[in-house]
Amino acid sequence: MVAFKIELPHVGESVTEAIIGKWLKSPGEHIEKYDPLVEVITDKVNMDVPAPASGTLTKLLAAEGDTVPMGSVIAEMETDEANVRGDSESSPTPAGAKSPGSPLAGRIGTLVQGANVGPTGGEFLDTSLSSPEPGTRPATAASSGPDNGKQHFSPVVTRLAAQHGVDLGTLVGTGLGGRVTKKDVLAAAASAPPSTALADSISAEDQVIEPTPIRRMIAAHMVRSTSEIPHAWSAVEVDVTGMVAWRAANRQRFQQTHDVRLTYLPFTLLCVAAALKVSPRINSSWLDGKVVLKGAINVGVAVAAPEGLVVPVVQSAAGSTLLELAQQLDGVVKRARSGTMTLNDVHGGTFTLNNTGALGSVWGGAIINHPQAAILTTEAIVKRPVVITENDSDSVVVRSMMNICLSFDHRIIDGAEASIFLQAVRTGLEAIVVDTEF
Amino acid sequence: MPEQTVIEAVRDTMRAEMRRDESVILLGEDVGLRGGVFLATDGFIEEFGEDRVIDTPLAESLICGLALGAAVNGMRPLAEIQFADFVWPAINQLVGEAARVRYGTNGVKTAPMTIRVPYGGGVRGGLYHSQSIEVLFAHTPGLTVVAPATPYDAKGLLASAIRSDDPVIVLEHKRTYRLVKGEVPIEDYTIPIGRAEIKRPGSEMTIVTYGLMLHYALQAAETVSEQGLDVEVLDLRTLRPLDADAIAESVSRTGKVLIVQEDTPAVSISSEVAAIVGERCFFDLDGPITRLTAPELPPMPFSPLQEAAFMPSPEKIVAAIAKLAEL
Repeated sequence: MVAFKIELPHVGESVTEAIIGKWLKSPGEHIEKYDPLVEVITDKVNMDVPAPASGTLTKLLAAEGDTVPMGSVIAEMETDEANVRGDSESSPTPAGAKSPGSPLAGRIGTLVQGANVGPTGGEFLDTSLSSPEPGTRPATAASSGPDNGKQHFSPVVTRLAAQHGVDLGTLVGTGLGGRVTKKDVLAAAASAPPSTALADSISAEDQVIEPTPIRRMIAAHMVRSTSEIPHAWSAVEVDVTGMVAWRAANRQRFQQTHDVRLTYLPFTLLCVAAALKVSPRINSSWLDGKVVLKGAINVGVAVAAPEGLVVPVVQSAAGSTLLELAQQLDGVVKRARSGTMTLNDVHGGTFTLNNTGALGSVWGGAIINHPQAAILTTEAIVKRPVVITENDSDSVVVRSMMNICLSFDHRIIDGAEASIFLQAVRTGLEAIVVDTEF
Repeated sequence: MPEQTVIEAVRDTMRAEMRRDESVILLGEDVGLRGGVFLATDGFIEEFGEDRVIDTPLAESLICGLALGAAVNGMRPLAEIQFADFVWPAINQLVGEAARVRYGTNGVKTAPMTIRVPYGGGVRGGLYHSQSIEVLFAHTPGLTVVAPATPYDAKGLLASAIRSDDPVIVLEHKRTYRLVKGEVPIEDYTIPIGRAEIKRPGSEMTIVTYGLMLHYALQAAETVSEQGLDVEVLDLRTLRPLDADAIAESVSRTGKVLIVQEDTPAVSISSEVAAIVGERCFFDLDGPITRLTAPELPPMPFSPLQEAAFMPSPEKIVAAIAKLAEL
């Protein structure tokens, strides 16, 4: 019996990987050559992989649902055929093979196998000149996982970026751990539209403002978000008449008892945190081609500070009471506006909430806060005539209505999931009535 | 064009130079009656006679001292050190004296002498027949050190060395003597000293190397090219003076450098290449300057397994390329 590794066969064209469907044979089972062995799913075709030889299946190396590159070993078997060989085992390249056609080839020369080395060694069995093992492949190796956020740029990357006006913050690196390489910068520079000189595009009446460092950072961040994340949008309208009534009834009590200014934001935050709990994909990140569902629910709240937009984070929003959320919000918003935020105040956000309605906006298509998966805006609360159906009879009543708009990363989230999340937030908000106990 | 091994190219070049110029004399251990330990001078004593082909005692200080004396008095001695490992007794004659003739006499005298030094491992030579000794000479102002790796370069650089008016150490890698076979024109030509050569053009990284390692590097570059990696291989050819322009040009273009040498790393040719790259290519670097060398051990081991572990190999070069390319 000969041990034999079963490889996922290449199916040609551009198919580079496949998902293992169902294993049709189990370890220990006898298999005949060409028996269907495993179902695999690729982006082009679904197929059954036949057994490459007769024998006994000994070990499965890829589990159902695994994504594996074509050509990788997916199982092992024992076979009685001595000369079965895998597809990828090519014959070793003859030592000393030079690229044909190179004018230098002749002059560089070829290597004489078994050459006598003269007085020191006599006949020489050369082990060092054998071709590298077929298994040694350059440019493989899994990347060392998501970068810890700290970016390093090589000298040439920094120089080329400055030369071509490429914003490194907006680039997605193809190097190890997402490192931005020389090639990445050159590619970005090549694809950038030709820059028209600033002087050509301004007239005498125009005013040119040098952006502050924070403005530059916001700009880079926005460009990165929009260039990396395929945005999609969804919105629902929410009847917040009950919430408005609750706040009106308790506002003074909060101020007097707790010294907290009660806005509408804590209510939304409360409902959002609860909804994120049941829709974990909304609270996630797209990292290195994988979806990372975040364990914590830390909701950033966009605040217009004098210097520009800042997003202080309410840590561990899920599980907090309305009062606690109101207190936390009050604290971070005050610190944000006074420029006294701590690192902890901006760290670890997993989702962002933006109360654009405070300034009268009724609809928004917000830009997602990279690398989060979604952002929710709460729009202006306006009294509107609303048709209400009770006992099969319609009536028009005046209600306080608010739109909530979700921008989401379409790589992670589809429209249906977004709607489920929005419905959950709406249900939570609409359940609030004037005598709700928080 | 006829094909020759390195040793054949060396032999034919010496013969041609001795026919061309009567002031070229040959001296060394067993170079006469025995025709040299590697048979580099086989048949020379018959053709040129005992006056021009001199068998010396086993004394390297004598060989180099004689060569120096003859050189400053109008001859062009061509000395052979049997193995690089034995060159140490002649250090004073070479580093202490020959290197300083032109400077010390304010240019009145020069020392047009060539010392051929077979060096390097991978020949099962163990502790006393495998050393890389290039650094000591390459460190010394006043000396020129060449290290041809192909038959073509062996002829052109040896001819340049013999015709040079200053002392030149010609390092011939023993393993290449009969291992490497390539085209060598019959006609006379020289290769300028101090010029590296791109032996394989590429775009993604530069391997800087010399000697036997050139061939291993070319093999490794060929292997990785099958996986789509385009690696340039620069053969230094001259170790002193180093061709800093060629190094800087290539590395600036590719952005990454892997320096491969058989010698141990500290204060070596690779250190100097790294310094040149650091000085001249900083703003073009897209990865750390990387070296693949022998480990820091005193000698080349004798055991085949340990010798293989000690020396860089095509496999090790492939792995080093992969690591740097992936970055």
